[in-house]
Amino acid sequence: MFQKKTRAGALVALTAAAALVLTGCAVDSGSGGGESTDGAGSDNLSITFLPKNLGNPYFDTSSAGAKEAIGEFDGTFAEVGPAEATPDAQVSYINTLTQQGVGAIAVSANDPEAICDALNEARDAGIKVVTFDSDTNPDCRDLFINQATAEGIAKVQVDEITKQIGDEGEIAILSASANATNQNAWIDLMKAELEANHPNVKLVDVVYGDDDDQTSFDKTAALLQTHPNLKGIVSPTTVGIAAAARYLSTSEYKGKVALTGLGTPNQMREYVEDGTVTSFALWNPADLGYLAAFASKALIEGDITGEVGDSFEAGKLGEYEVGEDGVVLLGDPYVFDAENIGDFDF
Amino acid sequence: MTATTTAAAAIARTYRDYDRPLWQRVLLTREMAIVALVLVVAVVAAATVRGFGQPITVTYLLLDVMPILLIALPMTLIMITGEIDLSVASIVGLSSVLTGVLTAGGLPFEVAAVVALVAGAVCGAINGFLVTVVGLPSLAVTIGTLALFRGLAVGLLGTTAITDFPEFWTSLAKARVGGSNVPVVLFVFLVLLAVFVVLLHFTPFGRGIYAIGLSKAAARFSGVHVERTKFVLFVLAGVISALAGIFYTLRFGSARGDNATGLELQVIAAVVLGGVSVFGGRGAIHGVIAGVLLIGVLSSALRLANVTSDVINIITGALLVLSVVTTSFLAWLRKRRRAPGGTPRVEASTAG
Repeated sequence: MFQKKTRAGALVALTAAAALVLTGCAVDSGSGGGESTDGAGSDNLSITFLPKNLGNPYFDTSSAGAKEAIGEFDGTFAEVGPAEATPDAQVSYINTLTQQGVGAIAVSANDPEAICDALNEARDAGIKVVTFDSDTNPDCRDLFINQATAEGIAKVQVDEITKQIGDEGEIAILSASANATNQNAWIDLMKAELEANHPNVKLVDVVYGDDDDQTSFDKTAALLQTHPNLKGIVSPTTVGIAAAARYLSTSEYKGKVALTGLGTPNQMREYVEDGTVTSFALWNPADLGYLAAFASKALIEGDITGEVGDSFEAGKLGEYEVGEDGVVLLGDPYVFDAENIGDFDF
Repeated sequence: MTATTTAAAAIARTYRDYDRPLWQRVLLTREMAIVALVLVVAVVAAATVRGFGQPITVTYLLLDVMPILLIALPMTLIMITGEIDLSVASIVGLSSVLTGVLTAGGLPFEVAAVVALVAGAVCGAINGFLVTVVGLPSLAVTIGTLALFRGLAVGLLGTTAITDFPEFWTSLAKARVGGSNVPVVLFVFLVLLAVFVVLLHFTPFGRGIYAIGLSKAAARFSGVHVERTKFVLFVLAGVISALAGIFYTLRFGSARGDNATGLELQVIAAVVLGGVSVFGGRGAIHGVIAGVLLIGVLSSALRLANVTSDVINIITGALLVLSVVTTSFLAWLRKRRRAPGGTPRVEASTAG
């Protein structure tokens, strides 16, 4: 009696687990069926996007762009990714894609080095590798789709702020931390641009909010008190611009002091709608995904190899050329304003 | 009347474990159910999931689960004593960062790795000290050190990563034996496995571990050095975690503060799935290995089937809950089954 029940128990456990496995496989036949047959031939237009993590609105937007592009040229779109943005999880996915023999992987790297070997194994298996948003070392991928250059980022912010204040008066910059490499590079380029093309605009102060919401908020308040004639603030950091907008929207300076910088539509929506902010810049992630998809297609079909000077057609975005180190530049940053902010959700 | 029936029940109990032939006692266990489940899942996956049947799957699978396999060894022992160590993944991160920082600072990689191992031992000793000497519960202690060690790791390196490691070592971490698909690191694991199997199942120290899990007081009165045993186990967990950290660093060629975040949960899930009781006193290494492989095979097959990571988590989670529930359910069944022996006894006594 004892034996029989144990055996029955073990059987129950086994059946239950087998049922689980089988349901898992049932999911497979639905979503995995789209993969084309093995081998990475020149017509294997199955392109898989591997963002830093899933459930991230920014990457949801880029994947939507990629899906649109892949739909235009009749490829197979898939998106896989880890729940958390860690490189080791990405490696497992890259290995899996190598096993599946997809045509191309478009990846936003969680680490420039950690996923390198996995990517190179994929490339040895004939898979094309495109990085977007966040690059790996140049020798681990065929192309990098760069969202914006430092010059482009600096220029668009200067353009926006000078336009909003009428090209004269005092402005200040609210940056992240004092030793943030990219921020400082942008600030230097902004200073050069101001000097060269906007002689009547004076940059009176650069303050640092350390990419902390409260600090940025307080620094904005202090800035406005120290410089009563301030006409505009530039905040080239998404944390800073949101905090500054929050301060301005509830203060007497609302609508009087202009604010622009780099921000995301979801953070800035209410301030654009209530008139605190006229416009701000960032790149368009949907276009980024769209371009990455077309670059993958061009690589798969052998139109380009990733050499400098190669050029390819990218649907509605037009023609693109490959630059130094296999970098393709998306273009100038995208300016968000009251007109278009409703089209974005990230 | 009552006395005789109780005596009969007691006798029945003494030979209960031996009332089945050897093959049944070996095969009809929870561990073997998990082993069988691994085989079933692997066969089903190979038959239905495209790409799973390739030999390369073995390589990727083993490399993926290697840190979990390594850390599961000491974790099994710790959990059999009824304790737990949640700080293992943070030790992995810390040793990864230490190896990176020291290598970048000019030390030869080998020396840096040894320092990292020693640091792992120290971390384990801190856990062990707080649990055995200070007498705090291991759950609380290791939640604290989980944050502490991770904080140290992230603090040492910030958000940067060190990626410059000797080619020889990084390729060794991924190397396969000859033309086969068996990774070289598997042999490191097999050596450790042999050591741990002998330690747990064939030495007085190992029997002491079970005794502690079943009853600390009884173990102490039987001459088991409860504190010393636990301390040794925590240090072992620290060293093996550091080793896993070095492997992790080499495999991904990248030392980062956030390496292996959350790995402790995968290790503990595998250990529990493998039949180790969270209350201590029960479990065997072959079950744990099967538990690790089951999670590995499942997630590999599901990934290949393009199942998203959240669904994979749901399935592994459900499997884990199910495995715990079935254990309790089977135990409850067994108890009920004993009841027929008990019910007549009550009747008999009332009748008497």
